[in-house]
Amino acid sequence: MEIVLVGLNHRTAPVEVRERVSFTAEQARRAADELRARGILEETLVLSTCNRSEVYGVPPESAHDSLKALASFLSEFHSVGVEILFSSLYHHYDRNAVRHLFRVSAGLDSMLLGEAEIIGQVRDAYKSAHEQGATGPVLNRLFQGALEVGKRVRTDTQLGMRPMSVAAAGVKLAERIFGKLAGHTALVIGAGAVSEQVINTLRDRGVTDLFVMNRSRDRAEELAHKVDGTVVEWGDWQNALLKPDVVVSSISTEDPVLSRLVLESAMEARSGRALFLMDLGLPRNIESTAADIYNVYLYNLDDLSSIVSQNRQAREGEVPRAEAIIEDHVTKFLSWQASVELVGFVTALRARLREDRAAFLHARLAQATHLSPQDREHIESIMEEMLEKFLVQPAERLRDERELRRKIQNVEALRDLFLSDREKR
Amino acid sequence: MAWAILNNRRLDARGGALSPASGQKPRPAENNPMPHFFLFLTIVAYVFSLGSYSRYLRAGKEISGRLGTVFLILGLIAHYFALLDRARASHTVPYHDINGSLSLFGWLLALTYLGLELFHRQRSVGAFVMPFVLAFFLAANLTAGDKLSPPPAHGAVFAFHVTLSILAYAAFALSFVLSLIFLVENSLLRNRNLTEFVWRLPPLELLERMSRSSVLVGIVSIAIGTVLGFIWVDRLTGQYFDPKYVVTLLVVLLYAVYWLLSRTTAWRGVRASRLCIFNFVIVVLSFTVVNLYLSHSHRYF
Repeated sequence: MEIVLVGLNHRTAPVEVRERVSFTAEQARRAADELRARGILEETLVLSTCNRSEVYGVPPESAHDSLKALASFLSEFHSVGVEILFSSLYHHYDRNAVRHLFRVSAGLDSMLLGEAEIIGQVRDAYKSAHEQGATGPVLNRLFQGALEVGKRVRTDTQLGMRPMSVAAAGVKLAERIFGKLAGHTALVIGAGAVSEQVINTLRDRGVTDLFVMNRSRDRAEELAHKVDGTVVEWGDWQNALLKPDVVVSSISTEDPVLSRLVLESAMEARSGRALFLMDLGLPRNIESTAADIYNVYLYNLDDLSSIVSQNRQAREGEVPRAEAIIEDHVTKFLSWQASVELVGFVTALRARLREDRAAFLHARLAQATHLSPQDREHIESIMEEMLEKFLVQPAERLRDERELRRKIQNVEALRDLFLSDREKR
Repeated sequence: MAWAILNNRRLDARGGALSPASGQKPRPAENNPMPHFFLFLTIVAYVFSLGSYSRYLRAGKEISGRLGTVFLILGLIAHYFALLDRARASHTVPYHDINGSLSLFGWLLALTYLGLELFHRQRSVGAFVMPFVLAFFLAANLTAGDKLSPPPAHGAVFAFHVTLSILAYAAFALSFVLSLIFLVENSLLRNRNLTEFVWRLPPLELLERMSRSSVLVGIVSIAIGTVLGFIWVDRLTGQYFDPKYVVTLLVVLLYAVYWLLSRTTAWRGVRASRLCIFNFVIVVLSFTVVNLYLSHSHRYF
């Protein structure tokens, strides 16, 4: 019951290779079907994100060199040269494959350490493969374990708790002032990619009313339409600053667009209600002296970047704890795997012993012509009873004693010792 | 309230106290054995509560926060029985000496905090309040009490007056702590001193709301307590003027002003918090200087 993994990620392959080897949902399903149809894998799951493409599988017992077969399949499926692909691929099996998946799910293998998106991607990939029938008992258990690990690492450590982008850090700071942002209003100055990212983060945190202001009204309207916001006339600061609790500015400008004077006037108009300003522009969009105004909280790129840097260090500090949790779950999975294999081994051994017993009795009793049919039956039942006594205690111990199962790591050796090749199948 | 029942002695026509109905002579405070079991239980529960809240503040684990609340509730129950036992042992109310008053103050501080925590669903402040609760309890029970004879009984009205007044002080003390935390957090945020600590604290707006809630509890308690005090004074001595009344009314006025101003956008934030801290300074002066040196009827210890 081997587990194999072949894949590439942002560490081993440049984006030009990754984009050629990525799978759409449809391609993932097709690849899974083909891998099984060709007998390369009995169970299969394709995990493909913008930073990795990986194939997890359980090869048939009779398979030899599944890793090479998988790598060749990927090359053929995506029409990528073998020499290009092989230099980027990594492969793992059994314990290392399990550990790798658990680390991926926990966010330890992500470009952004501890990011949460990956666990959703793992869940979606598993769900799709499961519905397709591409997974079996091993991959089902493996991926359920991966999701459990991902959740536990994020719950029991600080790994996923701190914002790792400037926009997220700024929004988190706003929550220090206002608490939950649900029901609060925001003004976003600028209509570029950064502004859109901030808006998405604000919406995720529950900001209801959103205003957009930009020099180019067309672009403001385009963004406002996209994010269900309202356009505010460029330069109409008196009105624009009346309602919002959070103001985010991210435009290209030589001089600040929001001066201290304008903000003082605005604060008076809003009766001094607290105002959170996030200046993501470079050069700065908001005069730094505005930070001295009562109930104004101003943060620029440097401030937010230093938060992100602190958070990165804090997350890195949590890695040993996360690794310990992962190792614990790897051991549990392998213990389960061993118990399943052991049960299979005991069943196969019982069948083998029964066959041997039957053959043995047939050969010996053929010569004992003096025995009656009842005597023969009696001897057979004694031998059957002896066989069961021989096997039942070990089987019960394997079922009940987790420590014993943990000790028996190499079931393959037991199978080699007691079973023939035919019986192993 | 149990000590109001304990204090339920017949009064003469002017409200003066008669000898205890049971005919038993009250035992002096120093002869009453401390309820060691409840004492021990209270300390353990409060210490565990403090530890759990501190862990919650440091690590953010929800289970630690919940344990903090559970231990706080257990501590409150044990503390209550410790107070009751103390009162029964000395056949008088628990606040008849400074130690008893401190213990009752600590209990009411913890109770008020628990109410705020449950109402606002915020546990981060527990780690700041529990040290005070523990300190007051330890100060009350591990130091030698004054060797006073129990005062004559003053009736249930008086008992409620004192208890509600101490509740008010506890609520104002809590708002003081909350305002301090607000100022510290605000300072850290404005100075961009964004350490681990800042992320664990409650949001500023929530701290303000909790402080206002606490002050409201204090205003209502002190208002009712003061009215009851007037009723008792009228029945007992017929004396109406005491500097304590003036200061108490000033305290009520100051906190009412705080409560109203803190809801306006112009005063929200640092200004309101500073006012709350100033008000508490007046409360401390009222409880110490005024009681000890200026008041006729509030010199109990």
